[in-house]
Amino acid sequence: MIAIVDYDAGNIESVSNALRRLGAEFELTADPERIIAAEKVILPGVGNDAEAVASLRAKGLEPVIKGLRRPVLGICVGMQIMCRDSEEGNAIGLGIFDAHVKKFIPTEDSKVPHMGWNTIANLDGKLFKGMKGGQHVYFVHSYYASLCPDTIATCRHAGVMFSAALKYENFYGTQFHPEKSGDVGEQILANFLAL
Amino acid sequence: MVAKRIIPCLDVKDGVVVKGINFEGLKEVGDAVDMGVKYSRDGADELVYLDISATQEGRNTFVDLVGRIALGINIPFTVGGGIHSLDDASRLLDAGADKISINSAAIANPDLIGQIAGKYGNQFVVVAIDAKMVDGVWRATTHGGKRMTDVELFSWAREAQERGAGEILFTSMDHDGTRNGYACEAYAQLSDILSIPVIASGGAGSIDHIVDVLNEGKADAALAASIFHYGQIPIPELKQALSARGINVRL
Repeated sequence: MIAIVDYDAGNIESVSNALRRLGAEFELTADPERIIAAEKVILPGVGNDAEAVASLRAKGLEPVIKGLRRPVLGICVGMQIMCRDSEEGNAIGLGIFDAHVKKFIPTEDSKVPHMGWNTIANLDGKLFKGMKGGQHVYFVHSYYASLCPDTIATCRHAGVMFSAALKYENFYGTQFHPEKSGDVGEQILANFLAL
Repeated sequence: MVAKRIIPCLDVKDGVVVKGINFEGLKEVGDAVDMGVKYSRDGADELVYLDISATQEGRNTFVDLVGRIALGINIPFTVGGGIHSLDDASRLLDAGADKISINSAAIANPDLIGQIAGKYGNQFVVVAIDAKMVDGVWRATTHGGKRMTDVELFSWAREAQERGAGEILFTSMDHDGTRNGYACEAYAQLSDILSIPVIASGGAGSIDHIVDVLNEGKADAALAASIFHYGQIPIPELKQALSARGINVRL
């Protein structure tokens, strides 16, 4: 059973549908016991980093998530809240990934939010098994996680190279939305489910 | 660099995809979910579904359909038609839509843009504008082009952006259905004055037209319907051709 953490941070329907397409069994839950018992945990997220992390803490889930020893995948804001800190609402994150979350500054030819299909490179590890760099995935975000030793995929926008995906021990995060990234995204989710 | 997007648009009436044929009425062209799945497999970057049902029953059918589309396809999709309130938008979000587009309702009640964007984020709100050139001025129309307004395209697009729109979808009613090419100059001007993406719609008849609107027209995305529905331009062929012409697309 896969637990999708239900902490009022949106995007739950899209992730649920992606798991249905892959034929995976899952439940939406904020119950610490169910989350700890799950084989895999997905932390979705759309919206504001500071609000998302506050909501997670209000449900008493910070120590639960940090204590997990089975594979965990944070998506978009779900990944950002696992970083050290964020310029969005000056949030203090869970500190699992060694990255800082910063705001994009728009440039002449780069719009913010970074929205649409962009390529990922420097892919590393089992999450990207069987995949080559240069493939497009779908992003929607105004803040990005800096490069750090936990970076396992990179992307470029608005003059910066940032972390498109992160990994620390059993914790994974993607800035992009695998559930909206066509067949490439489906492969990444299938790779996570196979960990 | 963010890739330029190719977006098939599907008009839905009472749950099925339809297309008007020379004002003689609507012809059914296929099942909304099946067509969406096929387009996503072919390499469409996004889909737009517009509900053109005239009845409450038809609109309820559309919400159910959005749920099935969300389950069936693995790329982002926008839904529009008949959205007049935050509640209407919420129902479609809950059904699984990634974005909603508002048109006549935003002109009638511009506060609606901020209300929806404030609750679900700017990326969720596409403001669609149907405009016609009248005496050298692009003027917005409502109700599917039937009613002319005093609203000027460029000032309205800028206002929509300031109110929280995440994208502008501009359809030139002068070009729509002609297959003679897009209103490239207007798109280039929109792209220059806006900081949010511009989606071009109306007039696609060939690959060259799409090249022109993405290059000279500086559009971030090209939307079309009939050239895709009737297989005139298969999406894989279109994408290969755009790439060969140096346009950054997802292959």
